[in-house]
Amino acid sequence: MSLTIGIPCEVFPGERRVAAAPEVVEKWRKLGFAVTIETGAGAGAQFDDESYVAAGARIAANFATLAAESDLICKVRAPTPDEVRALRPGTHLISFIWPAQNPELMALMAEQKLTVLAMDSVPRISRAQKMDALSSMANIAGYRAVIEAAHHFGRFFTGQITAAGKVPPAKVFVIGAGVAGLAALGAAVSLGAIVRANDTRPEVADQVKSMGAEFVPVDYQEEGSGVGGYAKVMSEGFQQAQRATFAKQAADVDIIITTALIPGKPAPKLITAEMVKSMRQGSVIVDLAAEQGGNCELTVPGEVVVRHGVTIIGYTDLPSRLSKQASTLYATNLLRLLEELCKQKDGTVDVNFNDEVIRGATVIKAGDITWPPPAPKLSASPPAKAATTASAPAPAPKKSSHGHGGGEPMSVKSLTAVFVVGALLFWLVGAYAPPSFVGHFTVFVLACFIGYMVIWNVTPALHTPLMSVTNAISSIIAVGALVQIAPPLSGDGADRPDTLILGLAVTALTLTAINMFGGFAVTRRMLAMFRK
Amino acid sequence: MSENLATVAYIGATILFILSLGGLSNPETSRRGNFYGMLGMAIAVLATVFGPRVTAGGLSWIIGALVVGGAIGLYAARKVQMTQMPELVALMHSLVGLAACLVGFASYVDTSIVYQGAEKTIHEVEIYIGILIGAVTFSGSVIAFGKLSGKIGGKPLLLPGRHLLNLAALLIVIWLGGVFIAAADVDAGMMPLAIMTLLALLFGIHMVMAIGGADMPVVVSMLNSYSGWAAAATGFMLANDLLIVTGALVGSSGAILSYIMCRAMNRNFISVIAGGFGTAGGTAPAAGGEPAGEVVAVSALETAEMLRAAKNVIIIPGYGMAVAQAQHTVYEITKLLRENGVNVRFGIHPVAGRMPGHMNVLLAEAKVPYDIVLEMDEINDDFPETDVSIVIGANDIVNPAAEDDPTSPIAGMPVLQVWKSKTSVVMKRSMASGYAGVENPLFFHDNNRMLFGDAKKMLDEVLSALKN
Repeated sequence: MSLTIGIPCEVFPGERRVAAAPEVVEKWRKLGFAVTIETGAGAGAQFDDESYVAAGARIAANFATLAAESDLICKVRAPTPDEVRALRPGTHLISFIWPAQNPELMALMAEQKLTVLAMDSVPRISRAQKMDALSSMANIAGYRAVIEAAHHFGRFFTGQITAAGKVPPAKVFVIGAGVAGLAALGAAVSLGAIVRANDTRPEVADQVKSMGAEFVPVDYQEEGSGVGGYAKVMSEGFQQAQRATFAKQAADVDIIITTALIPGKPAPKLITAEMVKSMRQGSVIVDLAAEQGGNCELTVPGEVVVRHGVTIIGYTDLPSRLSKQASTLYATNLLRLLEELCKQKDGTVDVNFNDEVIRGATVIKAGDITWPPPAPKLSASPPAKAATTASAPAPAPKKSSHGHGGGEPMSVKSLTAVFVVGALLFWLVGAYAPPSFVGHFTVFVLACFIGYMVIWNVTPALHTPLMSVTNAISSIIAVGALVQIAPPLSGDGADRPDTLILGLAVTALTLTAINMFGGFAVTRRMLAMFRK
Repeated sequence: MSENLATVAYIGATILFILSLGGLSNPETSRRGNFYGMLGMAIAVLATVFGPRVTAGGLSWIIGALVVGGAIGLYAARKVQMTQMPELVALMHSLVGLAACLVGFASYVDTSIVYQGAEKTIHEVEIYIGILIGAVTFSGSVIAFGKLSGKIGGKPLLLPGRHLLNLAALLIVIWLGGVFIAAADVDAGMMPLAIMTLLALLFGIHMVMAIGGADMPVVVSMLNSYSGWAAAATGFMLANDLLIVTGALVGSSGAILSYIMCRAMNRNFISVIAGGFGTAGGTAPAAGGEPAGEVVAVSALETAEMLRAAKNVIIIPGYGMAVAQAQHTVYEITKLLRENGVNVRFGIHPVAGRMPGHMNVLLAEAKVPYDIVLEMDEINDDFPETDVSIVIGANDIVNPAAEDDPTSPIAGMPVLQVWKSKTSVVMKRSMASGYAGVENPLFFHDNNRMLFGDAKKMLDEVLSALKN
């Protein structure tokens, strides 16, 4: 039996969004659902009832009718207690809920035996990005924040040289480079402003740069990445350094857009009254965190106020101010979630707790509160260790070997040949050579192997020093000359041509001394030059 | 000092030598490695001088020889320019070879040590081989020095039937060896020994004369290896383990270096030694034909513009940079570009220059940090993302024919793939072919530009253009 999706009017004051757009309604129907819309639901988002009907939806005259007909209610804002009471037990509800902030509502919905999926609880993992309504709303909010700022700012964003004089470009500082922050960056950059941004998570520096803005780091070493792509609360030392950075920026820029949020906590107060005072007359602050108390001390949530000559915009309904766009994106997010819930495309939903996304989003299942879900396993951002060093010049990739180490192992045939020849050679030596020679021969062979092993480790960059040092070492032949100069002679060496040997040996010694001293000295000179 | 103490000191010296070579595995430990080498040498010499085999009578001679030789060596080490390193190293190899010869002769005429039977034969074989290797090392190194310093032309000298000549020389040497061992006394043995030495000297000359300029890195490291084997042979001759071990260390190190160089050129060690790489220049290019296309020349100013607009730059230095002494200007340019956020790196071909690691030493001399100086294998994959590659006085090591043209004489040699970068700039004095005598199709590629002129002068112009 296929279910009916019900779309009510949003009753929250000032809310102009709606959970359905006509073009998305068609796609819902392709999943097998029937769709009913409360009359006038799309008015705020410039969708009239006719367009919904054209997309195949039915129109319900009021909320009570809608609730009676619908098995699955899709909303934007969390429902009011009255709305919840009007729903039939067993109804599914998909909406923003904010379960942490609304415990009474949660209890009431559980009492009504509803199954509730919260769009704000969709886990922030890669697979769930398509249904991440927070991101799509944040994107709109970031864009709209720049538009609001431009509206209240008395100058151009872009620098211009006009016949009437030179216009300097506006400077925009964005705090928090999440989805909203990045959207704001992009919008401000495309309007032509000079844009800077800061975030406690160092890994977003590259994202900021990729948007054409400049990353302003806080000069303090601390890792700010929390779970699920959010920031965490920072230490006092960091906060001090952060305030110093912000104070410096506040004095310099024309527009500040703050987007700093920490999940489950009031928004951090980042812009003090002092900083507002230090800003130029006519500057604008847009506080996207106003709903959670605001990042600026002087923000009044929901209102635009002027303090110390600075316009502080504390709207909490920025996505709603772009209602048509917001509604379409939200409805598409809902569609993606419904696709997950209705894999059969038969118009039924299966709240499958083995699915990480559905498990995370479901806050109440048939009257049982299932929030909070088990912690998500992965952070959406890459491991940040690498990013902390990103500001330094990228280190050359560390090579694993010298490129010529192992190579392919020798073929069995040639290996056998080598062993046979070696064995033959050793046998000859063992069979015919006198014991004293065998001793030296042992030493010789082992030394060859040591040399072989040691030299493979030499880095190619040092081949020249290696040659000059081995050359210097080969002047060990001096020892040979030394023992010939004046050996202790026994009796029968009477006819030894002493002078000739002495001459030869001294000459040899002089030659090797050149080599010895020169070789080591030149190696030293060369190695002293190698530096990082 | 007793015999035992001397032996223990020798063991200590041996360990220090091994540590010395091991220390060169990375630039940070290399200075310590060199120090170990010096310490080992000092211990070895002192232990010998004060050991049981040297009497007080020789002390003045020893000190005199060490002072004279040491002074010359230190002077040379201080004066030599880094671009002349290959010559110096080759010259020093010749000294070791000559010393090995002299010690061998001295040992032969020394009648104070008397062997009997198999021991006598072995001792004489050792002398014979020691002198043979010493003589080849000596004459070969002298010729290598001449070639590297430009006193002898770089082109290979090829006598008709040279392989037969070498073979004949080898047979004569073996036959003379038989005569030498059979000789009744020192006077009778001196004749074959002297003739063999002469032959060995000629063989050394002939061998190195036949090898072309581009193969010089192999020759230098091969001679390095020979000087080690000469020391080891002397060790056998004098029954001295320290000499044997050290000689073997040096010998195997040189052999491995030669092998590495050969592999970098994708060539067989035997064929390099047999000589005549440059010969290909006379015969082979006809098969490939002239590369077609236009050569586009640019000015230093345009090169500077390209560099300024680039994000990733790879510099490929070759022997031309060494000849022009341009490494300091290269570093100035590198520094300037890096300050402007350009990612500048160096790609070093294993056989760039005239001895293994030659380019690294030159760049180090110019204070280029070694962590931006990369090997061919490390950097070859990065060329497609590179905006500008600058080839300074290199030719064969960037020749795409090595990969594309199976008939090319350098086919199969691994090369730096500069043609894959967005633009390449080749600095050369003229369109002349490289040491291998092979035409380079790279010059005719669409994305290649030629900057003709002396590398130093051109780079100076690029630098001043960049500064303005």
